[in-house]
Formats: sequence, structure tokens, C-alpha cells
Amino acid sequence: MRTVPAAMQTEAVRAAAEVPAGTPAVRVEHLVKRFGRGPAVLEEVSLTVAPGEFVCLIGASGCGKSTLLALLAGLEKPTAGTLSVAGDRPALMFQDSALLPWLTAAGNVELALRLRGVPRAERRAQALELLRLVRLDGVGQQRPHQLSGGMRQRVALARALAQRSPVLLMDEPFAALDAITRDVLHEELARVWRETGVSVVFVTHNVHEAVRLGQRVVLMSSRPGRIIREWDVAPEGPRGIEALDVAEVAAEITDQLRDEIRRHAR
Amino acid sequence: MPADGPVGGVSADPAPDQSLDSLERGLDELTAVDPDHRSVGQRLARSVLPPLVAIGLILLAWQILVWAKVKPRYTLPSIGDVWGSLREQWQDGTLQHAVWLSVSRGLLGFAIAIAIGLPLGLLVARVWPLRAALRPLLSGLQTLPSVAWVPAAIVWFALSPATIYFVVLMGAVPSIAVGTISGIDQIPPTYHRVGRVLGARGLRAAWHIVLPAALPACLGGLKQGWAFAWRSLMAAELIAQSPRLGTGLGQLLETGRDLSDISLVFGMIIAILLVGIAIDQLLFSPLERSVLRRRGLLTG
Repeated sequence: MRTVPAAMQTEAVRAAAEVPAGTPAVRVEHLVKRFGRGPAVLEEVSLTVAPGEFVCLIGASGCGKSTLLALLAGLEKPTAGTLSVAGDRPALMFQDSALLPWLTAAGNVELALRLRGVPRAERRAQALELLRLVRLDGVGQQRPHQLSGGMRQRVALARALAQRSPVLLMDEPFAALDAITRDVLHEELARVWRETGVSVVFVTHNVHEAVRLGQRVVLMSSRPGRIIREWDVAPEGPRGIEALDVAEVAAEITDQLRDEIRRHAR
Repeated sequence: MPADGPVGGVSADPAPDQSLDSLERGLDELTAVDPDHRSVGQRLARSVLPPLVAIGLILLAWQILVWAKVKPRYTLPSIGDVWGSLREQWQDGTLQHAVWLSVSRGLLGFAIAIAIGLPLGLLVARVWPLRAALRPLLSGLQTLPSVAWVPAAIVWFALSPATIYFVVLMGAVPSIAVGTISGIDQIPPTYHRVGRVLGARGLRAAWHIVLPAALPACLGGLKQGWAFAWRSLMAAELIAQSPRLGTGLGQLLETGRDLSDISLVFGMIIAILLVGIAIDQLLFSPLERSVLRRRGLLTG
């Protein structure tokens, strides 16, 4: 029996409802970032993400997309420009699941709840509910090293959702997974996005992944990182990989990405 | 909603969701990590047998030297002589008393050393002025043989238990602190980032992220700290002789030298060694193994 009373489910799982009407989930204006006296990593980046929107950021190595996420997550300070993110602290998922190895799967989720101030009595049930959302209700007591890479990323997703932030930042979260698992996790993420209403900023260097998942795909140039073009690929949200126009749009974006990379040839 | 339906009930058509569910569970089953299948007997044979063989060979070599008469009997006793001496000490209760006195002193001193060394290591690792000032000093103290403190301790505290505990602390605290510092330095930066993303700062970050992440290396430091505590204790007991201090293993060893009783001297060396091994094997090794196993860091 995995059916959950609707009231309990919304308590643990609901996310985006807290963004006030009319406020964007993410707003970045004329953002500049340089490390020390080095060249600008990000130059004049402006980006707005609507509440509940799924945006994919794509670019070659060195385009500063991970730096942009670190800025949004508050792990780095901008050199210039303004930046605002809905909620206290956005959730961030890493390429490596970054689960804490001394805690069980459920323990990792519970730590996020605890640091958010959820009372002890409610933590266990909420953690279980979040694990159920990513279909891992059976493995709560297992340690991260006992789980496969795909399962670890799903626990990491549950932990990120436990922060109940209206904004979820994802830094190439599926890049290290095998193709079959990645494919399944795309569907999983699409489902979780629909159920929670969370806004997602998803960084990747995989064009197909971006086109498949994002409602909007944003292409960044490299050195310095700038936004050069956007595509509204799917207003209705993530599609199946087999959708016909995925290949078509992906081909167009790939062409432009390659042009951008060629610019750096000497 | 069907009993086995989707969690959300949001999607209009439950069928694709169910097929994703079974697909995912199949993947999980295929990719799950296999547990260790070796039996307890096999594991024991691999861990207990080799040291027993090694000890047997050492004893054999010893006895061969005795039979070859490389040294007179009153400077190199036979295994039987030492065994007889130990039995004699056991029968009149001296040995048990000495072991208990030394071990209880050692463990108490060690506990105090942890209470000082762990917070000290945490502070020095995380607060940069302290780190710059104290890190080289702690490393230096670690190499200073703590027996060098015995004369000063006797002048300050006379022949009292305080002398002994002081020497034990000077031996154990630096290595516990240094172990903690290097444990904290080796934490992968991702864990700090996770802590910040989840909102852990200051003391909460120390408690939930830094200390547990540093634990395996800290345990190494504690283990070394115990070794230092035990040998400092023996050095202190050997030098500080007084009725007020009772008769620990170190004092008993010194008595053996006074009486030119080489069997007693050898017996005490063996007793001191055995206590050291026992504490390591009964306390630290299981602790270390369980920590490493839970994190999946132990192979074989």
C-alpha cells in the first residue's frame, strides 16, 4: 500500500505555493562575477524565472553556468549586478549526489528537515513521504554506499525537496549516470516537478536533456559567460524523449552551440 | 484512486506512471550493491590466524636463543621462567591489582585528554589565528617524548597522581588534537557546501557536518592518542615511585630491576604489551571498523 492521504502529502511535498503572486522565482540583472583580479566569468547576465517554470541553462565548458548556480545558491558573492531568489535559501542538487555517508538515506532527508526547523516528531514521517515521492520508500534505512548512482540522486532530490524551497537548482545532476538510468530519472524529475510546482533551474551540457526537460532553454557563451539566445521549447513542460520536435530543436541548438565553440578556435 | 496508484494522483492517466514505477524498481534491483557473502568462519580465519602464527614463531625464536645459551639465564630468561614469574604475581593478586591500577589511570587520563584535545583540535582547525599560532606548536609537542615532562611534573606536583596525569595529558592531547585537525582538513569541500545549502552554520555546521565528516580520521588520532597516553603512563610510573602512587605495571617493572629479577622484568614488559594490544583490539578496532563499514569504506 503506497497510497497517501492527500492532506499529509501536501504538507511534506508542497513547495512553490509560497512564492508571492507577481514575484519571479529568480531574478538576475546585469550580473558580473570575477574571481580575484581574473577575467570576468559571467558578464552582464540577466535572467528571470517565473514561479513554477522549468528552465535549462546550456553551454560549453567555461561558460560559467555552474558559477551562476553557486551565485543563486548563495555560495558565492556577485562582483556586480543584482540577484534575488524566492524563499530563504534555494535547494541545490550536485552532479555527485553529495549524500552524507554517515547518515542513512532517510537520515539525509531528515537532516534537511531538521535544519529547516521541522519538529522531531514530524521528521520521520515527512522524510518517508519525500522518499515515497521519489519511489524509494523501501530503502530509507540503507546507507548511501549501498545504493546505486540513480538511487542516490533520487535521495538527493528528496533531500533537496525537504528544504521546501520554491526554487530548485540542479547542477548537471544526471551527468554521471548511465543512459538508461538518466532516461528514467528525467521522467521522474518531470513527474516530481508537476506534483510539487517547484521552479527549476537546470544546468547541463547535454542539449537533448535540456530540450527534453525545459520549458525554456537558455544558451550561454563561454569566456565570458553571457546569455546569447533563448528558446521557448515546450510551454507545457517536459516531454518524452521520443517527441518528434525534440530532435529538431536539439539540432538547431547544437548548431548554435558549435558555432559558439568554434569562435574560440585559434 | 487505485490502491497501488501513483502518489500524486495529479496525472490524469495512471498507466504511464505505473509503468515508470515498475521500470524504476527493476533498475533499482539490478543496480543495487551486493553485500559481503563471506562466512564468519572465513573472516575469523583471515583475521585471527595470521597474528597467532606470528606470535608462535616469535616465541619459538626466543626459546631457541635460550636453548643456544647466547646469554646466561639471569639476563635472558626462558619462556617457562617468565610464565612462572607471572603466575606467582597472579596468585598473590599483585598482577591483577597493578593491571587494574594502570588501566584505570590510563583510561581516565585518556578520557580527560579527549575532552581537551577534541575541542582544541576543532578550534585550531576552524579559527585561522589559532591555527597559525598553535598548529606548529602542537605538531612539535607531538614529537616531544612526554617522559621529558616527568622531572618538571615531579617538581610541580611532587609524587602525587597529578604528576602521572600531567605526563599522560602532555603525551595524549597533542596527538588527539593533531588527529582532529587533519581529519577536518581532509573533509571533501562538497560536504561543507551541502551544509551551507541546507542552512547549517557555526556550531550547527560543526555538529552536523564537520565532526561526523572528520570522524574516521579523528578515530585514527584517538587511537594514536591512546598509544601515547599508555606509553606516557608507563614512563611516569617507572620513574615516579612512591607508596602514595601504589603499584602499577610501571612500578612493578622498576621493582623487577631493583631485585635483578629478569623474569619479572620480562613478565611486566609482556603484560604492558598485552594491555596495549587488548585495548586496541577490544576498543578501537571494532569502533573504527564499524564506522568505516557503515560508510562503505571497508573492503574485505
